[in-house]
Amino acid sequence: MIGGLFIYNHKGEVLISRVYRDDIGSQISDSALFSSSRPFLEERRNAVDAFRVNVIHARQQVRSPVTNIARTSFFHVKRSNIWLAAVTKQNVNAAMVFEFLYKMCDVMAAYFGKISEENIKNNFVLIYELLDEILDFGYPQNSETGALKTFITQQGIKSQTKEEQSQITSQVTGQIGWRREGIKYRRNELFLDVLESVNLLMSPQGQVLSAHVSGRVVMKSYLSGMPECKFGMNDKIVIEKQGKGTADETSKSGKQSIAIDDCTFHQCVRLSKFDSERSISFIPPDGEFELMRYRTTKDIILPFRVIPLVREVGRTKLEVKVVIKSNFKPSLLAQKIEVRIPTPLNTSGVQVICMKGKAKYKASENAIVWKIKRMAGMKESQISAEIELLPTNDKKKWARPPISMNFEVPFAPSGLKVRYLKVFEPKLNYSDHDVIKWVRYIGRSGIYETRC
Amino acid sequence: MPAVSKGDGMRGLAVFISDIRNCKSKEAEIKRINKELANIRSKFKGDKALDGYSKKKYVCKLLFIFLLGHDIDFGHMEAVNLLSSNRYTEKQIGYLFISVLVNSNSELIRLINNAIKNDLASRNPTFMGLALHCIANVGSREMAEAFAGEVPKILVAGDTMDSVKQSAALCLLRLYRTSPDLVPMGDWTSRVVHLLNDQHLGVVTAATSLITTLAQKNPEEFKTSVSLAVSRLSRIVTSASTDLQDYTYYFVPAPWLSVKLLRLLQCYPPPEDPAVRGRLTECLETILNKAQEPPKSKKVQHSNAKNAVLFEAISLIIHHDSEPNLLVRACNQLGQFLQHRETNLRYLALESMCTLASSEFSHEAVKTHIDTVINALKTERDVSVRQRAVDLLYAMCDRSNAQQIVAEMLSYLETADYSIREEIVLKVAILAEKYAVDYAWYVDTILNLIRIAGDYVSEEVWYRVIQIVINRDDVQGYAAKTVFEALQAPACHENLVKVGGYILGEFGNLIAGDPRSSPLVQFNLLHSKFHLCSVPTRALLLSTYIKFVNLFPEVKTTIQDVLRSDSQLKNADVELQQRAVEYLRLSTVASTDILATVLEEMPPFPERESSILAKLKKKKGPSTVTDLEDTKRERSVDVNGGPEPAPASTSAAVGPLPAFAFPNNPCISAGGFEFVCKNNGVLFENQLLQIGLKSEFRQNLGRMFIFYGNKTSTQFLNFTPTLICPDDLQSHILGPSPHRHITKPVDPTVDGGAQVQQVVNIECVSDFTEAPVLNIQFRYGGTFQNVSVQLPITLNKFFQPTEMSSQDFFQRWKQLSNPQQEVQNIFKAKHPMDTEITKAKIIGFGSALLEEVDPNPANFVGAGIIHTKTTQIGCLLRLEPNLQAQMYRLTLRTSKETVSQRLCELLSQQF
Repeated sequence: MIGGLFIYNHKGEVLISRVYRDDIGSQISDSALFSSSRPFLEERRNAVDAFRVNVIHARQQVRSPVTNIARTSFFHVKRSNIWLAAVTKQNVNAAMVFEFLYKMCDVMAAYFGKISEENIKNNFVLIYELLDEILDFGYPQNSETGALKTFITQQGIKSQTKEEQSQITSQVTGQIGWRREGIKYRRNELFLDVLESVNLLMSPQGQVLSAHVSGRVVMKSYLSGMPECKFGMNDKIVIEKQGKGTADETSKSGKQSIAIDDCTFHQCVRLSKFDSERSISFIPPDGEFELMRYRTTKDIILPFRVIPLVREVGRTKLEVKVVIKSNFKPSLLAQKIEVRIPTPLNTSGVQVICMKGKAKYKASENAIVWKIKRMAGMKESQISAEIELLPTNDKKKWARPPISMNFEVPFAPSGLKVRYLKVFEPKLNYSDHDVIKWVRYIGRSGIYETRC
Repeated sequence: MPAVSKGDGMRGLAVFISDIRNCKSKEAEIKRINKELANIRSKFKGDKALDGYSKKKYVCKLLFIFLLGHDIDFGHMEAVNLLSSNRYTEKQIGYLFISVLVNSNSELIRLINNAIKNDLASRNPTFMGLALHCIANVGSREMAEAFAGEVPKILVAGDTMDSVKQSAALCLLRLYRTSPDLVPMGDWTSRVVHLLNDQHLGVVTAATSLITTLAQKNPEEFKTSVSLAVSRLSRIVTSASTDLQDYTYYFVPAPWLSVKLLRLLQCYPPPEDPAVRGRLTECLETILNKAQEPPKSKKVQHSNAKNAVLFEAISLIIHHDSEPNLLVRACNQLGQFLQHRETNLRYLALESMCTLASSEFSHEAVKTHIDTVINALKTERDVSVRQRAVDLLYAMCDRSNAQQIVAEMLSYLETADYSIREEIVLKVAILAEKYAVDYAWYVDTILNLIRIAGDYVSEEVWYRVIQIVINRDDVQGYAAKTVFEALQAPACHENLVKVGGYILGEFGNLIAGDPRSSPLVQFNLLHSKFHLCSVPTRALLLSTYIKFVNLFPEVKTTIQDVLRSDSQLKNADVELQQRAVEYLRLSTVASTDILATVLEEMPPFPERESSILAKLKKKKGPSTVTDLEDTKRERSVDVNGGPEPAPASTSAAVGPLPAFAFPNNPCISAGGFEFVCKNNGVLFENQLLQIGLKSEFRQNLGRMFIFYGNKTSTQFLNFTPTLICPDDLQSHILGPSPHRHITKPVDPTVDGGAQVQQVVNIECVSDFTEAPVLNIQFRYGGTFQNVSVQLPITLNKFFQPTEMSSQDFFQRWKQLSNPQQEVQNIFKAKHPMDTEITKAKIIGFGSALLEEVDPNPANFVGAGIIHTKTTQIGCLLRLEPNLQAQMYRLTLRTSKETVSQRLCELLSQQF
């Protein structure tokens, strides 16, 4: 289990240090810090310093999120300039630790917004309070923001009435820890966002080397009482199961069903029901939460195609031409398109010509960045650049890193469709039809690269 | 030299650096650098030529980026262009970039060399200085190839400026260090030596460094530097603190130069010219005197400088090792530092004392500080100082204070730092063994050692205890009793169980008479530890059990039951299982006779170098310990080499040596009687050469290892050792081929500080009196040296002890009653009459020591056989001490008259 949790700023100074178990702390001897032959130094340093020396200030950038120093494991995530590190001496489930760290970030973001050094310093009392609550002797406890907000508030100490106290107790210890009773809204409303990021690696010839979509279904609910919801989408297994009954529906929607490789759900989803009937039913927490996460690899709609053309003219010149084609319905508009064309390290000058958008050579990033605000489907655009090179005595050839791209499209590249979201509230007097539902699809680029 | 003035500062560079310093994150820094690199690339690529200032600025920026850890792969050409500029700052930046960034296989190296050549040829001292600095900073082989011929010329040219001379000397030093083969020795060397007389102290300082390094390799060529250095040193030392103006540092005149001169003098033996020698002695005395004066300043720099000179002077005194007066003074001076407030001084004092302790002149003086050192060990806060204190205690230990030092070390061990525990353990083990007069004390010490620091006691230590206990009958009973008692502690270390198991298995019978340690009690005690031990220890214990079966038939069934149990017979470990099965079978099948033969007491171990010492050497690295060990060997005797003659003879080993003090005289060792009772040691030593011996004898054959050690730093040439056997000896002692066979011819050159080994095989044909003579000839320096030493091969080396009962002894004694066969000698004791030492000597002599034979327990009785190729001669001896008169009566009866004579002669010398 987690032995301790530290938060560092980018200089390696400790902002928050919370130790849950005695096994970490002073156990890491100097021998881990200095790999010299001084095995028995009486003066020992603690885990806090070990992480700083070996990870934050390491000569080589540490890329692994898990670092083992003197039989102690450090799991870290980085949010902007802030390092969060969970430390343990035991053989813990690494996925659990990371899930916890992400949750921790979410909770902090929900309490005070962006995770920055200043925010952490301003809210350190709150953070210690949160840490006391969400970890107990290193075991993760309830980390649901909604539930936490009921008893960890930012408005000073407000003595709660007995009733409130007992209500909090029953909720936190009860079966549905994520929702309290007695919520009332005048307008029952819910928002459903399907957020996907599409990742691609393509060869210069246009062959897909690897592609996958990782998506999330985020829900924002403003519903009264304890509503029971049921979510339906075009999951291939479900459609086929139903298809046995109604043949025409299969022919109609069979092509549009998608194969989900794996998915995870929010704790409110009844997993037993999903396992037996593959139906997703749940009592949602109040407010925003992530209902599910999934990943698909088959039949992905690639919104853009990048066709690069690079020609080396002698030792001092390089000609680059890149064509992008949008590959979706002409009625839809892609936004925030950005193509990044890397340039060699010995570039001494660049001339760019593009028909659409703006292109600029950014020396600080060693790349030509081409930005287009909007682009409709089934269109095509191109850029050409002349790069002048400085001859060097370095014999290394330029490695030609891939051209990467960023964009945002208003559909789900995986092909996922929300078929229904039904709401039942037997006790209160409103039905499925009274609930106003909003559904939105956003497809973004993840790592979307084409080799050149 | 013109400094970079403010107005010349590069604004662009300052802005860039402050930009980078202001970067919030690593990513931002990389972005800024990329931007700057792109900018510089476009500037360098640009068609219009850059002026010197911008070139300098951009090269500076590149240098800064490189120093931040980024690769720079362009800009070299621009830097090389800067070299040909006429402005100092531009040239300086160009050289800086080149010495930092240009690697030797670059294509530009030709251009660079050209630019450097031009600058060296220019008459501008600053440009010459820059070029020399660049050569030295790069210091590669290629640089040496290009400029090794040039630099010495500049150094010795008459018209070179002082500052350039300084740079040239240091540059040459650097080139010589990287590739000594490329620096030609020529007529310039003699002129370099004369730089020691230069007016400018800076030049002298630089030249001294150079000469010191050169002299270490070619002492002959720079021999003349000694007298110059001495006179320079005396001028500095005697000068008033104000005389040297710029070179006076906090009232100490030219401390750096003094230290360097003293270092230079350490490359050579004491000067032979009495005038120079006197002057040097005077200098050293002055330095020692100055240390006594009250400080002229309270500043720490003053005392640091003063002490630096003092310590270097002391190490020169130690190096020369010839002036007892100075050595003792140095020692006293260091003694004062032992209690100084400054930790560094205490450390240095201890370290220097360590080397002082190895000098025969100052050993006694060092010993007077024992209490201070022990106190330092107990109260010192700094671990490194404590470590040095341990080293010094080890170095100053001899027979007189061994007990105290070992006791102190043991008590310190309980609180010692983990990092030095193992070393202390080894040292305690070695000292205890080496200086053990009373072996009971030795056994106690080692058991204590295991008790206190069991984890740090290495295998070698406990092996050694067992070897010694087995080889020495007199401690076996005591050892058995002691380990038995030690094992009764509820928790004892595994090493103790090992020692206990082995010793009880061998000698458990010696204490079995006592009902408190009856066989069964012994067995139960050992077996109670069995299950807590590791596999190797358990295997050892199983062997102990089977030995018990032989020693004590009454516990046989108990032991068989143990062996038969599943945990032994079906043990998962193959070794344990095999031992259990075999031992069980052996105990059931074999008859008592066979058991007794198979499980007989272990034979004595052959004498060999203590493996602990080898381990300590390995741990400390060869240099430090060997010096100490060599000197230790000369002052005392390894236990392996048999017991030491007498405590008084600690100086006897060096006793006969003054006869060899003049290396040019051929001389012959007078008696070599100190080698009668021991086989190893230093045979001969003078200022040049040390001859060590290690020999072993079995029946009528022997083998002798002769070690020739070159004590100087120069080579011996034509080194030829020859053995001369007097005519009558040839028939007596014969080797396999012609007579004495030198197995391995010795290499004719012996490097400075090196040691060569020679093996001599010996066979005793019949009895003899005269020993062979070893004649060594070699060239040292220009002179021819000749040394002759008698090899300590005496008749008693071929002695084999025979044990016999009282009855047998007197029967044989009577058989040899013929008056020719008996030789009697009555003589006065030369050494204190100590029973234990006498016993040890008789055993060392080669005969068996028979206890409880003579009705008078004060008398010593021995028996043995002299083996020659042709015959075997039985010998009986009887030594009757008379304590009141301090006299001995020695009676020898052998079957051959000449043998009786010779043995009596040899043995009489020993008491």
